[in-house]
Amino acid sequence: MIGNLGPSAGTVGGYRDRGVWQRRLSGLRGLDWTLLLAVLALSVLGALLVRSATFQLLAEKGQDPEGFLKRHMLNLVIGVVLCGLVTVLDYRLLRAYVPILYGLACVGLALVLTPLGSTINGSHSWIVVGGGFQVQPSEFAKVGLVVLLAMILGEPRDGEIGPGRKDVLLALALTGVPAALIMLQPDLGTTLVFAAVVLGMLAVSGAQKRWLAGLVGGAVLTGFAVWFFGLLKPYQLDRFTAFLDPSADPRGAGYNAQQARIAIGSGGVHGKGLFNGEQTGGHFVPEQQTDFIFTVAGEELGFLGAALIVILLGVVLWRGLRIATQAADLFGTLVATGVVCWLAFQAFENIGMTLGIMPITGLPLPFVSYGGSATFANMIALGLLQAVHVRRRPFD
Amino acid sequence: MNPRTHFRLVVLYVLVGALLLVLMGRLWTMQVLDGAHYRSVAAQNRTRDIVVPAVRGMILDDMGRPLVRNRTALVVSVDRTVISRQKDQGKAVLTRLAKTLGTTYDNLQKQIRLCGPGIKRPCWPGSPYQPIPVDDRVDPKRALQIMERQEEFPGVTAQVQAVREYPEPEGASAAQALGYLQPITQEELDRRKGLKVTGYSGVDLIGRDGLEAEYDGDLRGVPGFRKVLVDSQGRVTGTAEEKAPTQGGTLVTSIDAKVQEAAEKALENAVKSAHTQGHKADAAAAVVMDVQTGRLVAMASYPTYDPSIWTGGISQDDYDALLGKKKGEPLISRVTQGQFAPGSTFKVSSVSAAVKDGYDLHGTYSCPGSYDVGNRAFRNFEGESHGDMSLHQALVVSCDTIFYKFAYEEWLRDGATKPKKNPSDPMVGMARSWGFGARTGIDLPGESIGRIPNRGWKRDYWNATRKADCKGAKEGYPDVEKTDPSRAAYLKAVAAENCAEGYVWRAGDAANLSVGQGDVLVTPLQLTRAYAALANGGKLVVPRVGTAVVRPDGSVARQIDDPKPGRLPVDPKILAYIRGGLAGVTKSGTAAGAFNGFDFKTVDVAGKTGTAEVYGKDDTSWFASFAPVKKPRYAVVAMISQGGQGAMAAAPAVREIYEAMYGLNGKPAALKDGKLPTGLPKFRYDSTTPSPTPTPTTSGKPS
Repeated sequence: MIGNLGPSAGTVGGYRDRGVWQRRLSGLRGLDWTLLLAVLALSVLGALLVRSATFQLLAEKGQDPEGFLKRHMLNLVIGVVLCGLVTVLDYRLLRAYVPILYGLACVGLALVLTPLGSTINGSHSWIVVGGGFQVQPSEFAKVGLVVLLAMILGEPRDGEIGPGRKDVLLALALTGVPAALIMLQPDLGTTLVFAAVVLGMLAVSGAQKRWLAGLVGGAVLTGFAVWFFGLLKPYQLDRFTAFLDPSADPRGAGYNAQQARIAIGSGGVHGKGLFNGEQTGGHFVPEQQTDFIFTVAGEELGFLGAALIVILLGVVLWRGLRIATQAADLFGTLVATGVVCWLAFQAFENIGMTLGIMPITGLPLPFVSYGGSATFANMIALGLLQAVHVRRRPFD
Repeated sequence: MNPRTHFRLVVLYVLVGALLLVLMGRLWTMQVLDGAHYRSVAAQNRTRDIVVPAVRGMILDDMGRPLVRNRTALVVSVDRTVISRQKDQGKAVLTRLAKTLGTTYDNLQKQIRLCGPGIKRPCWPGSPYQPIPVDDRVDPKRALQIMERQEEFPGVTAQVQAVREYPEPEGASAAQALGYLQPITQEELDRRKGLKVTGYSGVDLIGRDGLEAEYDGDLRGVPGFRKVLVDSQGRVTGTAEEKAPTQGGTLVTSIDAKVQEAAEKALENAVKSAHTQGHKADAAAAVVMDVQTGRLVAMASYPTYDPSIWTGGISQDDYDALLGKKKGEPLISRVTQGQFAPGSTFKVSSVSAAVKDGYDLHGTYSCPGSYDVGNRAFRNFEGESHGDMSLHQALVVSCDTIFYKFAYEEWLRDGATKPKKNPSDPMVGMARSWGFGARTGIDLPGESIGRIPNRGWKRDYWNATRKADCKGAKEGYPDVEKTDPSRAAYLKAVAAENCAEGYVWRAGDAANLSVGQGDVLVTPLQLTRAYAALANGGKLVVPRVGTAVVRPDGSVARQIDDPKPGRLPVDPKILAYIRGGLAGVTKSGTAAGAFNGFDFKTVDVAGKTGTAEVYGKDDTSWFASFAPVKKPRYAVVAMISQGGQGAMAAAPAVREIYEAMYGLNGKPAALKDGKLPTGLPKFRYDSTTPSPTPTPTTSGKPS
């Protein structure tokens, strides 16, 4: 489809004639409400599930049983504000800030690896900034990656369909740096998200097939190399393969996998009722408010509830792809695509690992899991989608 | 947008859609199709079974006197799960408890920690969900303190629990017959069906030996259980299900405590007296059996021990000191497991075999001082010659040479050293028919078989020992030669003979067998049962100790029946004749001295002495009897190993037992009118109530 740029574009003067805020606010009517509502629904569900996973344990310890819920609501509020800011921003202006964002992300990731970084809940991905707050740079790195790749791959030379060799190589090289830093934490999950985003964005950008084939081939070769040369530590390998047969090590690596499946499976069609889950209440599944939040849904809301979450995520992804299709320029398309690839892979990996069809990693469920940096990053992603949507081509 | 981008976006759409479908499909499979399976796994995740032990049943005598019962002990226990939930991990409570019990906090801490690698005792080896006993000898006042102020002792309970006790009614012990309890081993646990057993007294103890072992299933009852809900830490959050335990049934036996005491006392006296006469008298046994039913009224074994040493566990050192060889191995019941040559008591079998083989029952036979069996002279006791006599008299004076003659002639008829194809060996066959050489089938574990040697046995024995004998024949016995060269030469000659012809059934073997010597071995129980068969007219009764298993409410759970008796292949007239002979033994025969002045009018006792030679040891003293002669009721047998002559050691013991049973010679009667009670004793069979002494309400009348 040959785009017909909207009436306001091209008339730079027309732009400057209106008030700043009027300009900004006039975009609001163009919001994708379906997408927004889906995310809000997921967030509300997430809040309820987080409460269910935590209130008993907190009460037993003598703390405020609503503690996690309250913190989660706070995170959501901040997230919504961030989302709003990003939405009204002209996303094309982001191009100017990409180098700074990229630099900040790399610095943050590097800092995690220094003694300044901390290990929380077994993952060495955090920087404590005092006042009871901590930051997880890898979450924001995902945002940075999407925008970076969109910039590099989204501006083909005149007459070309898709990025040339130099652009592709530059994209891969720049991706490699933060990816390597993340691998060193080690955080396998986020690295895989990076891979999914790179592959997806490269494909949609119109790069030639050989780049895609090359990437996929390279990934397969890396996998083999890791396997044959034993580059993974035994415990990492165990965690990875535990999902294949959790009963092989029911007290160790397989414990999470087994308990998650039991919790979800025992939910049946209707679930045991919100806040009534026995496996949840008995704390049989670890990390329930974060990585394994889906098990709470599975046990307490049953198939109906769990399927609802999957459907809502599906709606988010569908709208995201739609936004990609209707974006004003390739840059916007790529931003939307990157976000969709990120969220799709992460959601599939998280839910898949609770269901026993994917290996266990430390990825939370987007919009549902409890988390600070993760929630902010996800909300910024939502904001990016809305930002692209708001400036879309008017005909579709 | 360019077509390539658009196309790839469509691909992405499809991919995302596919992923979501995969998730939905998997959800469907797990929750809808396999939901039930996961629910049951989840339930197992969440629950634990705790065993509630059942009180073990008692063992009573025929009058309802408890031979084994349970003592109630006041036990203070600590519940780990409650303690661990407390803010200070229970430090305050435990310190207070330690003060109340008179111990230290440190001690209590150690007692309730779980055993594991590297953790020394004291520690708790059982289930963490069971309350852990920390003191079972609590002063009731202190226990009351705990129970009254429960809010100061959360997680602590003071409870009454059952511990095995041996009250020795009327002074009777019967330790070997009763048996004892010991902890179950892991293999036994694995083999047991039903709940995996954990916990404190009662449930994880199993009967070993004696009646405790034989009737363990009836005595132990059925443990109850509590199904508790736990969280992932294993902390108990509630109770799902509860089932009360079923108390074990009580075993009523035919043992009579008073007769048992009399038997034990008689053995003690006999051993003492044998010692004063210079005999070693290292072991003894006495049996009293009801000849019509085969029920055992008493079974005493010497040496004996106090079975209460088992309660609370026994260390290896104590075991060796109390129960080892130095103390004569009192755990062994000589009644069922002691195997000795019976000596002349065996003659009841041999004489019946001879008569059946064709010798005239009423004939007259010569009884010289010695008789040549082959080229060897076999002698009477002290070489006494008695002239010609009837078989009746042969029994009365216990002539051996008549029997040697019978045996030798039968051996010759069978072909001597070149036996016929099917030698008849009548005395061997008859011995088997009298129940010797086989288990009686009594309801006690570990019964010995005894031995009736025959040609086959001799051949097997020779096969087993040939190597050693031939070696000795060739090389001699240099060690023995150093100290006793003549003995070494003798051993070498014997070895040579055995090596070459050890399998041959020689005349001497037959002769020895006829008088219960040589390789013949019987248990006192087998002999008693044989004499019971003689007394009751030929019924080979099966001995029994247990009478019935009774539930706590008094109803009979199981009547232990008398199995169908066998039959002696001997004409009742012959048996009557033998009985007549035995009746003379006590009045004018070998036991006349022992029974001098005995009140035969009240109870006419008949019997047979036996003095069995044992190579390298002192003689085994035997006396086997039955009474009353006209209408026999009891068979009483006594045996003293290395006790000397039958008439000197065993016969007085038997006399003592009869006097106690019938109340003769100034002794109080153990049995009213010398009769046993019929029917089960009236008794309060419920042993769960804390009062320890039940009151039998019968004096022997049928209930």
